[in-house]
Amino acid sequence: MSQRNRLEQGGRIDRSRPLRFSFNGVGYQGFAGDTLASALLANGVDIVNRSFKYARVRGIVAAGAEEPNAVVQLGATEASQVPNVRATQQALYDGLTASSTNGWPNVDRDLMGVIGKVGGKFMPPGFYYKTFMSPASMWPKYEKYIRKAAGLGRSPRERDPDIYDHINRHCDVLVVGAGPAGLAAALVAARAGARVILCDEQEEMGGSLLDSREPIDGRPAADWVTAVLQELGAMPDVLLLPRTTANGYHDHNFVTLHERRTEHLADLAPLQNGRRTVRARMHRVRAGQVILATGTHERPLVYANNDVPGNMIAGAVSAYIHRYGVVPGQRLVLSTSNDHAYRAALDWREAGREVVAIVDARENPDGDLVAEARKRGIRIIAGSAVIETRGSRRVSSALVARIDVAGFKVRGAVEELACDTVASSGGYSPVVHLAAHTGARPEWRDDILGFVPGKVKGLIPAGGVNGVLTLADVLADGVEAGSRALIETGYRGVAVRLPEVRRVREGKAAALYQVPHVKPAMRAPKQFVDQQNDVTAAGIELATREGFESIEHVKRYTGMGFGTDQGKLGNINGMAIAARCLGQTIPETGTTVFRPNYTPITFGAIAGRHCGEFFDPRRYTALHAWHVERGAKFEEVGQWMRPWYFPRGNETMHEAVQRECRAVRENVGILDASTLGKIEIQGKDAREFLNRLYTNAWTKLDVGKARYGLMCKDDGMIMDDGVTACLGENHFHMTTTTGGAAGVLDWMEMWHQTEWPELEVYFNSVTDHWAAMALNGPNARKLLAELTDIDLSKDKFGFMDWREGTVAGVPARVFRISFTGELSYEINVQANHAMHVWKALFEKGEKYGLTPYGTETMHVLRAEKGFVIIGQDTDGSVTPEDLGMQWCVGYKKPFSWIGRRALSRPDTKRTDRKQLVGLKPLDGKLVLDEGAQIVLDKEVKIPMPMVGHVTSSYFSPTLGHSFALALLKGGSQRIGQTVYLPMADGRVHAAEVVSPVFYDPNGDRHHV
Amino acid sequence: MLHIYCPYCEEYREEEEFRPKGEAHIARPAEPEATSDEAWGDYLFFRKNPRGLHHEQWYHAAGCRKFFNATRDTVSYQILETYKAGQQPTVSAAASGKKVAK
Repeated sequence: MSQRNRLEQGGRIDRSRPLRFSFNGVGYQGFAGDTLASALLANGVDIVNRSFKYARVRGIVAAGAEEPNAVVQLGATEASQVPNVRATQQALYDGLTASSTNGWPNVDRDLMGVIGKVGGKFMPPGFYYKTFMSPASMWPKYEKYIRKAAGLGRSPRERDPDIYDHINRHCDVLVVGAGPAGLAAALVAARAGARVILCDEQEEMGGSLLDSREPIDGRPAADWVTAVLQELGAMPDVLLLPRTTANGYHDHNFVTLHERRTEHLADLAPLQNGRRTVRARMHRVRAGQVILATGTHERPLVYANNDVPGNMIAGAVSAYIHRYGVVPGQRLVLSTSNDHAYRAALDWREAGREVVAIVDARENPDGDLVAEARKRGIRIIAGSAVIETRGSRRVSSALVARIDVAGFKVRGAVEELACDTVASSGGYSPVVHLAAHTGARPEWRDDILGFVPGKVKGLIPAGGVNGVLTLADVLADGVEAGSRALIETGYRGVAVRLPEVRRVREGKAAALYQVPHVKPAMRAPKQFVDQQNDVTAAGIELATREGFESIEHVKRYTGMGFGTDQGKLGNINGMAIAARCLGQTIPETGTTVFRPNYTPITFGAIAGRHCGEFFDPRRYTALHAWHVERGAKFEEVGQWMRPWYFPRGNETMHEAVQRECRAVRENVGILDASTLGKIEIQGKDAREFLNRLYTNAWTKLDVGKARYGLMCKDDGMIMDDGVTACLGENHFHMTTTTGGAAGVLDWMEMWHQTEWPELEVYFNSVTDHWAAMALNGPNARKLLAELTDIDLSKDKFGFMDWREGTVAGVPARVFRISFTGELSYEINVQANHAMHVWKALFEKGEKYGLTPYGTETMHVLRAEKGFVIIGQDTDGSVTPEDLGMQWCVGYKKPFSWIGRRALSRPDTKRTDRKQLVGLKPLDGKLVLDEGAQIVLDKEVKIPMPMVGHVTSSYFSPTLGHSFALALLKGGSQRIGQTVYLPMADGRVHAAEVVSPVFYDPNGDRHHV
Repeated sequence: MLHIYCPYCEEYREEEEFRPKGEAHIARPAEPEATSDEAWGDYLFFRKNPRGLHHEQWYHAAGCRKFFNATRDTVSYQILETYKAGQQPTVSAAASGKKVAK
């Protein structure tokens, strides 16, 4: 296996540790310390992808997060698939398996490539929408094929076996980026004793120092990096996080750090003591100060066919040589607008390869690096630029011409230079992305030809991102930033010696964003601005001509800087081109908004451990184990797991529910009602508070009594209901719906704290403290009498009374309330006594036919009685009168209770409001669909007015037919009428409107 | 995620512990029955939505369960002050020179 572009020596790789990997099904070899990109370049792999829209062949352009083309699909197995991985950021490991994300059937022979080549000129921005816009009905079909052809990464179809987690952190100073500025800043802050987190997205910390030509303190810059990291690593209050991307900068200095812990090791996270280690971790950091030391991204130049493999950014060439011992070609042409990029040519020459020419857009380049290049006899072509490259699968030559930068035109003959690599540099754009996440608009600086971060409270930019570019200045800026952070966080700074760095004199850079061509941009070969989204200079020009003047609109029309790219390489060039076309300055045009995430992160890291059983917490009653043992089927109510029904043998749900219903009506049944919300209310004004909170009156409720109450919002609409018992003159026990418990408590606190703080009243949730068992049925009294010391006689313990005593030997509160219409006792005991009492009831209950029942039976029984469930039979637009519950509304109460005023608004007084009614299907076996719409006209013609809907619907074994509750416009006036329910399948059901109370309307059964 | 100073706990806590409750200082009319339908409707439904400073109510739901108020800039999301229920803000739109939509 040959690594033909690998140097014999040099680089930060370990040649003694070869690693095998596969790309697009072909096996290759690289070394420990490689990235996937450096290993591909070492092996001479030119084509790594097909472009998104035109399907053009693409090669590696950059060496870091800004890489637009080498975006790959990773994963040896279906379960371990990871899309959108930048090959430049993926460390090589033995057995790594990757493939291109675009290209169908494959990158070398691509179907769309033909269309792209032939039709490229005819695929301007908006091509798909313009071309496939009619007929509109066909768009879903077009879209399916277009998406398949375009291709992007895909998610795994199998469950991810890896685990991910989150960790919350606090620090004084968070330093993002461990290049020269970040390291200097971290050192200053850490030496003063501040708590410091230093994160860096690369495999190794050091940033640009890892490929620097300039020594620090007379030694290679990388040695200084090692020394600083050693010092920081030994400090207890410093956390170093390599392979960690600050992916989002949120409000109030909250930064999310995405740490890739095992992705450099293997396809799946390795096992440790038989358990999988954490693959990726999200650090949720609240920082006192954030030092942004994210450096710069080099801007490529925009010239014709600048996407042919072999075109790279200049800094990447240096990075591959210095860090990986890889020279990605034989013959280099460098096209630049600045001095700094000359390093690429010098590095190339030192690696023993040919530099054909340095093409400099400036008339008189004269910095130190220029002098060095001259000294080495490298040909420098001044006042010129590469205007086009040639080659189909790899650069074969570059066309060079004299250009007039200000006039935007070519002004001389074109020279063709044979070469296989063109490195370009149009300057350095500060990486402002994170600062922009908070909404702060970047600010343009003419002196550095770039945007720097806008002002953000608690954020200190340092080094390249702050517009400081030479190494000596960057180190000094880092020290300054560290000192400022210390002042802001209240530490005393310590003196730090600045390391000695030779000052390199650099000439002024030229402002060159798009290289002119002999043909106008619209006719020249494609000049790519954003390679990942296939946006060209001509596309931007066309967008401005078609009337898109805001840069945000240009972005959306062309797709520039979209998606996983987030405008890293192309945005400044694109804005500058738009500005030129619109006749504006760059600051007038402005930037688009950068959004999290800075680079793609896995959903796993976002979810952390909040998946599977931890996705939503579940609550269990104290009797849960018994229900499980008894074979209950459960349903989730709120977060509670409630027994739904208890099937016996092979019973269906319907059979079980019918049996449970009959047991309650004929003998005795029991329901675990522990999930009902319970709130303790105490204080001398407790009663007054209830009067204001509930629609009905509480003034005369004596100790030992309980009462049903309705709660409205101040708009008069019902929000909750429940029974509240008077425990003492200043002491009440409230119950709420299972799902409404937390909301009702908040509601009470809000009214008390913000409207009526003068009332002396206190609330506390006791939902989990009490278990509740609802014993229902004609045999309930006989059964309970065997276990309690409470006098259960009708005279001593009437309906809506409660008594304190013992049940099965433990203290209990027993409430004589009924949600079934039967004789009923709701036994409340301390939750840890519940199982004992429940079992005792079953021991004694066998002879009475005691039957456990679940929520479904509860629903049938309560609906037979016309008892509503708030949230099922109501929907936030229903008043007490709509439910026919005028008996529960205290219009005469002196205080205008919550909802009172709204009930006299004209709208709440309308007689044609939706009102609660019963429905009796004409076909007594038919159970109507809950949610079914009601119409009045048998001849269903669309459209027709819908006058209501079914809210609850069941089959009643007691009544012997199906029945339903419904909300129906003017329903109380329609009793006896027939209404219709059209179904989606074309059937139309008919039902008679009846009273919502189907069973025992006089309440004889529970008054016994 | 906002970092919110609870004036009752007297410390900064994470936004996850709090719930926003909308515009602050909305007093329930003292005599609802004497209030016109229109005024009652305004009290129930109409809220400011300013670009700039906003006095808003927060609830320390997973903390001390106290309701309090905050003055927050709806553009920068900076919280300029928090204060207890029943108190008045010290930072106002007029004082800060920021425009508040009426």
